[in-house]
Amino acid sequence: MPDQLLDVRNLKKHFPLKKGFLAAHHGSVRAVDGVSFSIRAGGSFGLVGESGSGKTTVARIILRLVEPTGGEILWEGRDICKFSDSEMKERRRNMQMIFQDPHSSLNPRKTVFKSVAEPLVIHEGLSGKKLRKRVEELMEIVGLKREHMFRYPHELSGGQKQRVGIARALSLQPRLLILDEPTSALDVSVQAQMLNFLESLQKKMSLTYLFISHNLAVIRYTCDMVAVMYLGKIIEMGKTETVFSSPKHPYTKALVLAIPRPQAEQPEKMIYLEGDIPSATNIPPGCRFHTRCQAKIGKICEEDEPTTRYFSDGSQVDCHLYRERRTG
Amino acid sequence: MELVLKINDLRIEFDTFEGTSQVLDGIDLTLERGDTMGLVGETGCGKSITAKAILRLLPIPPARIVSGEILFQGEDILKKSEEEMKRVRGKRIAMVFQDPMTFLNPLFTIEEQLVDVILAHQRGNGSGNEKRGMSRKDAVKKAVQLLGEVKIPQPELRIKSYPHEFSGGMRQRVLIAMALSRSPQILIADEPTTALDVTIQAQILWLMNDLVQRYGHSVLLISHDLGVVAKVCKRIAVMYAGNIVEDCSTAQLFRRPLHPYTQGLLSSILTFSKREGEAQGIKGIIPDLIRPPPGCRFHPRCLRAMEVCKEKKPAMIEFEQGHWVSCHLYHR
Amino acid sequence: MNTRNPMNPGTVKNSAWTRWKLERESQIRSLRLTVYTLSRSPLSVIGFALVAIFLVIALIGPLIITHPEDIKGAVHMDQKLRPPCSSHPFGTDEVGGDIYSRVIMGTRLSLQIGLIIIFVAMGIGVPLGIIAGYVGGWVNEIIMRVTDIFLSVPGLLLALAIVGALGPGIKNAMLALSIVWWPGYVRLVQGKTLSLREESFVEAAKSIGASRFRIIFNHILPNCTSPIIVKASMDMGMAILFAANLGFIGVGAQPPVPEWGAMISVGRNYLPDRWWMATFPGMAILITVLGFNLLGDGLRDVLDPQSRG
Repeated sequence: MPDQLLDVRNLKKHFPLKKGFLAAHHGSVRAVDGVSFSIRAGGSFGLVGESGSGKTTVARIILRLVEPTGGEILWEGRDICKFSDSEMKERRRNMQMIFQDPHSSLNPRKTVFKSVAEPLVIHEGLSGKKLRKRVEELMEIVGLKREHMFRYPHELSGGQKQRVGIARALSLQPRLLILDEPTSALDVSVQAQMLNFLESLQKKMSLTYLFISHNLAVIRYTCDMVAVMYLGKIIEMGKTETVFSSPKHPYTKALVLAIPRPQAEQPEKMIYLEGDIPSATNIPPGCRFHTRCQAKIGKICEEDEPTTRYFSDGSQVDCHLYRERRTG
Repeated sequence: MELVLKINDLRIEFDTFEGTSQVLDGIDLTLERGDTMGLVGETGCGKSITAKAILRLLPIPPARIVSGEILFQGEDILKKSEEEMKRVRGKRIAMVFQDPMTFLNPLFTIEEQLVDVILAHQRGNGSGNEKRGMSRKDAVKKAVQLLGEVKIPQPELRIKSYPHEFSGGMRQRVLIAMALSRSPQILIADEPTTALDVTIQAQILWLMNDLVQRYGHSVLLISHDLGVVAKVCKRIAVMYAGNIVEDCSTAQLFRRPLHPYTQGLLSSILTFSKREGEAQGIKGIIPDLIRPPPGCRFHPRCLRAMEVCKEKKPAMIEFEQGHWVSCHLYHR
Repeated sequence: MNTRNPMNPGTVKNSAWTRWKLERESQIRSLRLTVYTLSRSPLSVIGFALVAIFLVIALIGPLIITHPEDIKGAVHMDQKLRPPCSSHPFGTDEVGGDIYSRVIMGTRLSLQIGLIIIFVAMGIGVPLGIIAGYVGGWVNEIIMRVTDIFLSVPGLLLALAIVGALGPGIKNAMLALSIVWWPGYVRLVQGKTLSLREESFVEAAKSIGASRFRIIFNHILPNCTSPIIVKASMDMGMAILFAANLGFIGVGAQPPVPEWGAMISVGRNYLPDRWWMATFPGMAILITVLGFNLLGDGLRDVLDPQSRG
């Protein structure tokens, strides 16, 4: 599709489990087990899931901080998984990441200036006055005062650190920003500001966003498309409004209901999932959600993996409840 | 209604390199038997410090209790000796923290740790006319029963596991079991579900409600998440910069928040409903508690600040039945 | 969002100065915090004072000695074996040399010895440690196993063996001790590198396209300096002590070099009557090593609290 900036196809990442003295193969952790989605230029795509869903690994594979075991990642039509190191270095200018924990994503020994300037030094070889000017511009864009340039990270608040991370990511004028839980470490009153800021930034700089979060409220607030992940697979995907207001997959339903609502009346009909999230080393056979599913049909859920069912409104779901019924 | 906990005008200071930080500025709190109360606030508001002060877990120095009293069933906790506190902590007031792993010894099985706790309770009882103490077998039985109460499946098998073999949610259940093993009057939970996944969090919150209904203890739930608190607590106290600014029932808080900070907080929260316009933040930053703003500590960020707010700290008044607020806007 | 705060671009003359001040502000603040924390522990203050005295004496040594020619072993047989008195506060040795002057100059010598040993050890150990920790795999295995071999032999014995092979003398002693010391730094730095490797900011550096080289030198190394400083300050004392040990045995500095260990070695034969010959160099060693140990402890509590115990 022509206007897809990023097209992920059947992405897989299996970590081998080594056991024994000679490190013999003993199964693997199927962290990402066949993930496909695409993001159009200028859009905000949300990737939602709990622990073990694989959403963070997907983000890291896209940036090739982790190498995929299989699948393709098409950037403007070209598969970046096949790029050499130097081609990848060039690509890095186009996609940057905002990391989850602002307190550890900045080198504690580098001043704000040095951290923000680093990408410019590496890729454009800037120095002196030119470099300072660019850094000052970036500081302004993210709303930080110039005197903050010479502070060390431990002297800044969480929100300010996050902004430094954003300034650093923007320095090379990327087209795609991957945001890994950008607000989970921030106070509530600062979260809203940060998200509003990210939105205005997106418009101003024509950015495309890939939002990773376990917080559905954040995703609903910011993204137009969302994919829900469970144990390495996308189990439901579509427009945010559609997915969250009328969720199809039982997991999505439970997830939506589980969100604690800051209001006096709590939802009447809660779905409480039994048990824990299975470990990624021991993924249940058949539909991986069947061990906790309240809407289990029967044997089919325990034995067969559901195939994706596509709907006319652009959404899709992986669940036997929606399987195509073959007649005759 | 029996008053289980009453905090009167508690003031605490902390000595730091930069100066003395006034972390608690005279807070008042009441907890009745069977009450579920939520203490809500953002970073630095003093909610965790309040919890630790109740259990006398604050390091003194650098902390210093300037004034005030914490009355637990009529007796002032601040005046108790360390020996007496040992009998209160964990037995009459129990606490559950955010990270269960720091409270579970990785070298011992769950059974050993739970039994340890149960037997310790029997030992230090001091009333003398109780039976000498449980046998170990009885303690194990009780431990298994407790694990069942917190809905751990197959407790008689799982009890032999080590903490690292449990998931985060399960470990938190174990901690809750440990806390309740001694039938405390108050359970203080400090961000008990913050580190857990949303679906697991829902389970734990349901469990807490269930246990309160069955055991009837009082709960003080501390969280930055109003949604979490709304699920478990009937009353909510909102804290800002060392003060309690609003104290009311959950229904009152959401239906009619009075304090501008509470209103700001509610409007910042991304409610999980269809988006209508922008969520507002609260302008400004949390004040420096070493040189706190004079008068009402929220006035620099308050959109409705008046002259008097800069000079005098507002007293806590009862605006409507059971709804207390500390704000000059509501003073007659 | 925060309001803009434009620095006036027109005033060139004070903007460079203001900029420098701003840049250093943070560092000055953390220095003050370090000093404050250090001063809270009386033992650290004592350690710092002792080390300061040691350094001052080493620096101004030549200015405060009374008998400069005695350092090189000038012989004044008429003065020999005098107890402490007004002209010879520490007494004289078996050739009439002034012990005070020799002990003072020994300070300077000890400082040189210590610094050379530590710096050579760091120069070898730190790069090896970082490479082992960051690259991992078989490179790490090789480096760490070689390090283990060196560490398995008690330091002094190893040094003796090396000096035995090379021949006595202060230079060989320093070489031998450097070889004994470098594995400790490899271990320390490798461990620190392993934990730093997993930090977010290293990932961030990769994501902006930093080369391995850049990550190692620009990101990992600066974050290793704290434990290295702590170890170096404690090692100074121990290195000086080991050098004195070698000197005492006779394979280190040779007389008439005024090295403390060598002086004790000679003075030992004159105990207990001519006690001053061994006592004053001995006390110098004691005070120096104690000072560095206390300072090292104090620095560790300030800079690297996780490595306690």
